[in-house]
Amino acid sequence: MKRLTKEESKRIKQRIETAKKVVLYTILTVIAVFMVIPFLWMLSTSLKEPGAVFKYPPEWIPKPIVFKNYVDAWNAVPFGRFFINSIIVAVCVTFGQVFTSSLAAYAFARLQFPGRDKLFLCYLATMMIPGQVTMIPVFILLKKLGWIDTYYALILPGMFTAYGTFMLRQFFLTIPKDLEEAAIIDGLNRWQIYWKIILPLSKPALATLSTFVFLGSWNDFMWPLIVTNSMEMKTLPVGLASFQGLYTTDWTLLMAASMIVLAPVLLVYIFNQRFFTRGIVMTGLKG
Amino acid sequence: MAQVILKNVTKKFGEVTVVKDVNLQIQDKEFCVLVGPSGCGKTTTLRMIAGLEEITNGEIWIDDILVNDIPPKERDIAMVFQNYALYPHMNVYDNMSFGLKIKKYPKNEIDRRTQEAAGILAIQQLLDRKPKELSGGQKQRVAVGRAIVRKPKVFLFDEPLSNLDAKLRVQMRAELKKLHERLQTTIIYVTHDQVEAMTLGDKIVVMKDGVIQQIGDPLTVYDHPANKFVAGFIGSPPMNFIDVKIIRKNSDIWLDEGKFDVKLPDEMIEQVKEYINKEVILGIRPEHIYDKLYSTLGTPENTLSATVDVVELLGSQKILHLTTGKSNFVCVVDAHNQAEENQDIEVVFNMDKIHLFDKETEMTII
Repeated sequence: MKRLTKEESKRIKQRIETAKKVVLYTILTVIAVFMVIPFLWMLSTSLKEPGAVFKYPPEWIPKPIVFKNYVDAWNAVPFGRFFINSIIVAVCVTFGQVFTSSLAAYAFARLQFPGRDKLFLCYLATMMIPGQVTMIPVFILLKKLGWIDTYYALILPGMFTAYGTFMLRQFFLTIPKDLEEAAIIDGLNRWQIYWKIILPLSKPALATLSTFVFLGSWNDFMWPLIVTNSMEMKTLPVGLASFQGLYTTDWTLLMAASMIVLAPVLLVYIFNQRFFTRGIVMTGLKG
Repeated sequence: MAQVILKNVTKKFGEVTVVKDVNLQIQDKEFCVLVGPSGCGKTTTLRMIAGLEEITNGEIWIDDILVNDIPPKERDIAMVFQNYALYPHMNVYDNMSFGLKIKKYPKNEIDRRTQEAAGILAIQQLLDRKPKELSGGQKQRVAVGRAIVRKPKVFLFDEPLSNLDAKLRVQMRAELKKLHERLQTTIIYVTHDQVEAMTLGDKIVVMKDGVIQQIGDPLTVYDHPANKFVAGFIGSPPMNFIDVKIIRKNSDIWLDEGKFDVKLPDEMIEQVKEYINKEVILGIRPEHIYDKLYSTLGTPENTLSATVDVVELLGSQKILHLTTGKSNFVCVVDAHNQAEENQDIEVVFNMDKIHLFDKETEMTII
C-alpha cells in the first residue's frame, strides 16, 4: 500500500472533519426547524384573515397580511391591565423567591445548627410533591385568609421554592470559606456577610434563578386561573384563554395576543441568555 | 501592642484531639512562629487565637483580657490567610479599607490609613485593580495591607507564603521581617517551612500531633533540640540519625555502629552513664561531617570510611549522600570537593556537635 504523505493525510483528515460538521449541522438544522415551526405558524396565523386559518394547503405567507388583528386583540380584552398584573406578579415572585431562596440557601450552606442536613433533606423532598397535590389545600388556605382574587394569592405562594434554595445552596458551597472568615475578622456579622460578600459573588447563580423564576411565573396559567375571578386580577396567560370560547375560538386574535405576550419573554431570554445556558449547565453538574 | 498567652489550651473535633494542652506566652512585639508538619495543630491554634475556632478547654489572653468568649472582631487582631481571601468583587482599595468601613471610621481616616499601608507595601498603583488582575505576589501584599490598615494588636499569619514561587517567597520573607521591624507589633506566624521559621522568628514553637515539642529562639532550637523530632524537623538538609550502641573501652566511651565506631568526648561521658551497652540514636548535622582531605580535625577516634552514593551540586556547596553499608547519612561539603559517586572516602565527625537520643522516648540525652 502506498504510504500517504503528510500533506495528503492532513487533507483527508480535514475532509473527514468537514463531513462530520455537515452531518452535525444538518441534524441540528432539522431539529431547529421543527422547534421553530409552531412559532412561525403562530406568527403567520396572527396576520391572517379569520377565514384563512384553516385553508388547505396551508398558507405560510398570508394574503392579505392583516395587522389589524393586533389592534383588535389588544382592544378585545383589558390587555393593559393583564400586562400590569403579569409584570407585578412576575417581578414580585422573582424578587421574593430569589431573596427567600438565597437566605435559606445561605443558612443551609454555612450556618451550623442541629438537624440542618435532615431539615434540608426534608425540604428537598418537597420537590417531589407534584403541584397538583398542594393546589387545593393552598387554595383553601388562601380562601380562609380572604386572599382569593388578590395579588397576595398570586404572589405569596410563588415566593418560596425548594428548587431555588437547593440551586443556590450548591453555588454558595463553592464560595471559599476563607472569604467569610476574612469577613468575620473584618468585623462583619452574618447578615453583612450574606449581603455584602455572598450575594455579590453569586451574581451568575442569582441571574440564572431569576430568569427561571421570571419565565415560570410569566407563563404560569394554572395558578392564576384558580385564584382569580375578576377581569381586573387576571394575568396574561389567563387573559389569553378568554379568546378560546366554549364553541368557537378566534384563532387570529388569539395568536396575535400570544405574540404580544411572548415579547417580554423573548427580551428576558435574549438579555440573560448567557446566564441561562450556564444555569442549565450548572444544574447539570450540581443536580 | 500586646502579649498573647495560651493556658492549657485544648481543641477537640469530636473525639479527635488536635491541640493538646498548649501553654505559650508570646511577648509584646515578638515575632512568634508556630512550625510543624501538616496536621500538627498549628493552624488550629492560630485560628483559636483569632476566634475562628472555639476552644474546648483552656484560656487565651490577649493583653489582660480573657478572649475565650470574645468574637473575632472585638479581639483587635488581623489575619492573613494562606490563599489571601481577598474579596473578588472589590478592588484593592476597597479590599483594604473594608474592615475600617464596617467599623464606620471617618472617610478621611480610612483614606489616610489605606494610602499609608499601600505606601508601605508599594502597591499604590494597584489600588483600583480587582484581585483577579493581580499576580500572586501582589495579592499577598494586598492581603498584608488589609491587615496593616486595621492597626491591630496582633497580626496572625496562616502560611502566607506557601502559594508563592520559591524566589518570591524569599523576597517576601525578607519584606515581612522588615515590616515587623517597622510596625513593632506582635506577630504570630504559622508555617510548615522550617526555613521560614528560622529566618523570621524571634521565637519558634515546634509542634507535632497537637503537642508543643519545644519553644525557643531559632538558634537554641537548632543547636539544642529537645528531642529527635525537633532535631530532624529543623535544619536543611535534616540531621542524620544513626543507630549506635554505647560501649565502654577501658576508661573511654565509644559509639559503635557496627561498621565503624567513634569516641565520645570525655566531657559527655557523665551524661551517658545510664546508657552503657544500650542502643541509642546518634544525631549529627550534615555540616558537622567533613571530608577528611579538607579537614584538620581528623583523628583516628572520629574518622570513618564511607562510600559516596550520590553527589548533589547546589552551586555554593555539594551534598554527599554516604553509606557505610549499614547506615546512610548526608554531609555538606564545599562545591569544589572532588569526591565522586561510588568512591570510598574518609569522613570526620565533629564529635563536639553530636546529639544522642533515647531510642524509646526519643528525648535528647546530649
